[in-house]
Amino acid sequence: MAERVGVYVCHCGSNIAGMVDVEEVARWAGANLKDVVVARDYKFMCSSLGQAMIEEDIKKEGLTRVVVAACSPHLHEKTFRRACENAGLNPYLCQMTNIREHVSWVSKDRAKATEKARALVAAAVERVKHQAPLEPFFVKVNPATLVIGGGIAGLQATLELADAGYPVYLVERTPSIGGHMAQFDKTFPTLDCSACILTPKMSEAGQHPNVTLFTYAEVEEVSGSVGHFRVKIRKKARYVEEDKCTGCGICVEKCPRKVVDHDFEAGLGYRKAIYTPFPQAVPRIPVIDVESCIWFERQKCRACEKLCPTGAINFDQKDEEITLDVGNIIVATGWKMFDCKKIPQYGYGRLANVFTALEFERMCNAAGPTGGKIVLRDGKTEPQSVAIIHCVGSRDSNHNEYCSGICCMAALKFGHLVLEKTKAEVYSFYIDMRTNQKGYEEFYHRLLEEGMHFVRGKVAEVTDAARRPEEAGKLIIQVEDTLMGKQRRIPVDMVILMGALEPQADAKELGLKLGISCSMAGWYTERHPKLDPVATMTDGIFVAGVCQGPKDIPASVAQGAAAAARVMAMITKGDVMIEPVVASIIEEKCSGCRICNNLCPYNAIEYDAEKQVSRVITAMCKGCGTCVAACPAGAITGAHFSNEQVFAEIEGILWDAVHGNGGAGVKEGQPVSA
Amino acid sequence: MANDTFEPKIVGFLCNWCSYRAADLAGTARIKYSPNVRIIRVMCSGRVDPTFVLKALALGADGVMIAGCHPGECHYIEQNYKAMRRYYMLKHMLRALGLEEDRIRLVWASAAEGQQLAEHIDKFVEDVRKLGPLNWPANWQENGERLHAVEAIAKEHEESLEVLP
Ligand SMILES: Cc1cc2nc3c(=O)[nH]c(=O)nc-3n(C[C@H](O)[C@H](O)[C@H](O)COP(=O)(O)OP(=O)(O)OC[C@H]3O[C@@H](n4cnc5c(N)ncnc54)[C@H](O)[C@@H]3O)c2cc1C
Ligand code: SF4
Ligand code: SF4
Ligand code: FES
Repeated sequence: MAERVGVYVCHCGSNIAGMVDVEEVARWAGANLKDVVVARDYKFMCSSLGQAMIEEDIKKEGLTRVVVAACSPHLHEKTFRRACENAGLNPYLCQMTNIREHVSWVSKDRAKATEKARALVAAAVERVKHQAPLEPFFVKVNPATLVIGGGIAGLQATLELADAGYPVYLVERTPSIGGHMAQFDKTFPTLDCSACILTPKMSEAGQHPNVTLFTYAEVEEVSGSVGHFRVKIRKKARYVEEDKCTGCGICVEKCPRKVVDHDFEAGLGYRKAIYTPFPQAVPRIPVIDVESCIWFERQKCRACEKLCPTGAINFDQKDEEITLDVGNIIVATGWKMFDCKKIPQYGYGRLANVFTALEFERMCNAAGPTGGKIVLRDGKTEPQSVAIIHCVGSRDSNHNEYCSGICCMAALKFGHLVLEKTKAEVYSFYIDMRTNQKGYEEFYHRLLEEGMHFVRGKVAEVTDAARRPEEAGKLIIQVEDTLMGKQRRIPVDMVILMGALEPQADAKELGLKLGISCSMAGWYTERHPKLDPVATMTDGIFVAGVCQGPKDIPASVAQGAAAAARVMAMITKGDVMIEPVVASIIEEKCSGCRICNNLCPYNAIEYDAEKQVSRVITAMCKGCGTCVAACPAGAITGAHFSNEQVFAEIEGILWDAVHGNGGAGVKEGQPVSA
Repeated sequence: MANDTFEPKIVGFLCNWCSYRAADLAGTARIKYSPNVRIIRVMCSGRVDPTFVLKALALGADGVMIAGCHPGECHYIEQNYKAMRRYYMLKHMLRALGLEEDRIRLVWASAAEGQQLAEHIDKFVEDVRKLGPLNWPANWQENGERLHAVEAIAKEHEESLEVLP
């Protein structure tokens, strides 16, 4: 039986009608395209009246297929599918074609635009006839959630979910949760103490009955899909038994081996071979660093074991593999700092008094290596002058093109701390001052009033080669001051490099395990940059915090909460709809060549060795269609994007080449606006 | 043959996540470009079966453009690398058929690159315009078998691989 197709061409006010002769397109479709029984144009198809018109035609005219020529399907596909469904037509029997974004808005010539619109309508009509009704399917959602990364974003997400009564597993790579915020002293723009606002959240997560912490642990493997992921995590051996340790800290005190702490103290301080990264660490259970422990080096010592009052030290502990079943995953793995040694002209690692921003954070911290005193590398001299260089490794085509977003504000914060704690002059060397969040511009003004000096220009070099007597023994900042329009040399005692925020070194690798993608720079890609900022392309996996792109603490917290809210919506609903746009294999046609098996990025194709055929695991298929295009036997069909459908679409889109133009004409001079 | 009045017909296969959205963005930003490329949406550049391209050329397209996300940015992780491999294979195939390999082009455009996509399209349209009409179907038109000829290729291919249950 022939299909009965309805074609609906939208004016979109004058947005489409101003450049495309919509009436002609509808007329032409009705007159020339086979099986089209109704063809109408209308001012606003997406309005309730437009939708009602389609619904009525479906019922009265017995339409079996609907084509809407309007805006992008990314905007209104759902609207028109719903209209069809209301009238009892399977929503997948409706096809949208985009004559606004792809035609009227990008064209200059009315006749050519109309011709293009006709081709697109013909393509949709030919295609829709081959479309098949599809039924979405549903899977149950496991109420437990995995959060990866225990920084502020991950903590926020964890607590929101736990407080709502759902179980959360929080996996953190380092021995303690807290993330970078734990290293800071004050936080801009309000200057509240970082530890004071962070530690309550840390201990809450540590004690919450719904939270299971896995610190010093990493995700090894992820399988399954939304609603029912199975995750293998590896808990690294701490050599301390968690259930016996009381966190008294005697072992740390008595350990004779002291090493530079490149992690928490950013290289500015020391730790022992057995250590907790910082006093407020959660959990407070120390770990033995195999690299520096004397026992692992030369089978001597074991002082900690002898002195531990509860016998918690266990040198035979092994890594542990744990399997978790969860319904959703929130990724909040944060950032690492740009390696400032990559810009040798700034002298980090060569000139003693050049510091990174993280070193300086630790220096300002009252619990840090200098007890909060701002001093030079010698540990005692207070600087008379401090230079803060912005955009080190950001906004730099040699390193990272993006703006790290937070460094201007962190530089202002540092300026304030230096002015508060010392008598030094402070210079900021900036390209542009970016202070665009609530209270940020005000903070900038505050620093202008406090007397911080601002020099606009990208620093060319930091050098200790003095040219003038007043430069002797100083670090000289060579810069073009672009406001004064001249080269300047400014001698200072201390330099702070505002290193860029960069994605974690293993961000891509973890992304691959989870099946989520990264931008070129390495930040995780959100589902939509504006309208869906915490979901990813993989259902059931969400991102929060800096791992999605540079941002400050408030934005990280907001994303953590947003991701948790999205997960809660999934849990509350109980099951999740899976778009039926998936591949399936016709067993009779499959030759068992297994070409498709390795093509699928989600390992959604399994091989049945007994029957010698491949099979798609529907719940894991994301419907990219690569296997469909690759199967030499044509055994794989891609629902909603089958070969027949695309072939028909190609035939339609070349309608004029195949059939001639079918007596089409364009009416000139249609009014541009109603 | 360069021909000023010749308007090439080009079919563009754009992936749903990056390049189709780039085309949407070009529209929202009112960037004007040649109307010659008619866009077909596929979920991923990896879905573009080489036979889609041949079918389009056989039915009267003068060129075919495939657009996907940048390498490493495919929303299905790495399927655009597969598109890339097929693209080079297709170029070989066109050469073997005695056609200009430049009638097909693979480009990358992220969802933010409306301007770049428009530039790619304009450039490709000009390049195909210089190549002149393909007239591939015309050859078949002489013996009145143009559609069937193409369908027969696919069918034979399928039959040759048919396995008995
Ligand atoms: C010098 C400096 C000063 C700053 N000062 C301020 C300020 O004053 N105010 C402000 O609003 N913002 C400030 N920021 C920005 C702030 O640091 C970030 O907004 C914040 O750290 C983001 O938190 P997060 O949870 O996303 O990431 P992070 O704090 O980086 O936390 C990520 C966590 O995930 C863990 N992790 C990483 N990979 C894995 C893995 N594969 N498996 C398990 N766990 C993993 C990490 O160990 C870490 O604990 C500053 C930034 C810098 C560089
Ligand atoms: S590529 Fe096709 S024939 Fe080969 S195993 Fe996969 S489905 Fe079967
Ligand atoms: S369509 Fe893509 S995701 Fe689905 S089975 Fe084929 S290759 Fe895997
Ligand atoms: S989704 Fe765009 S190329 Fe794969």
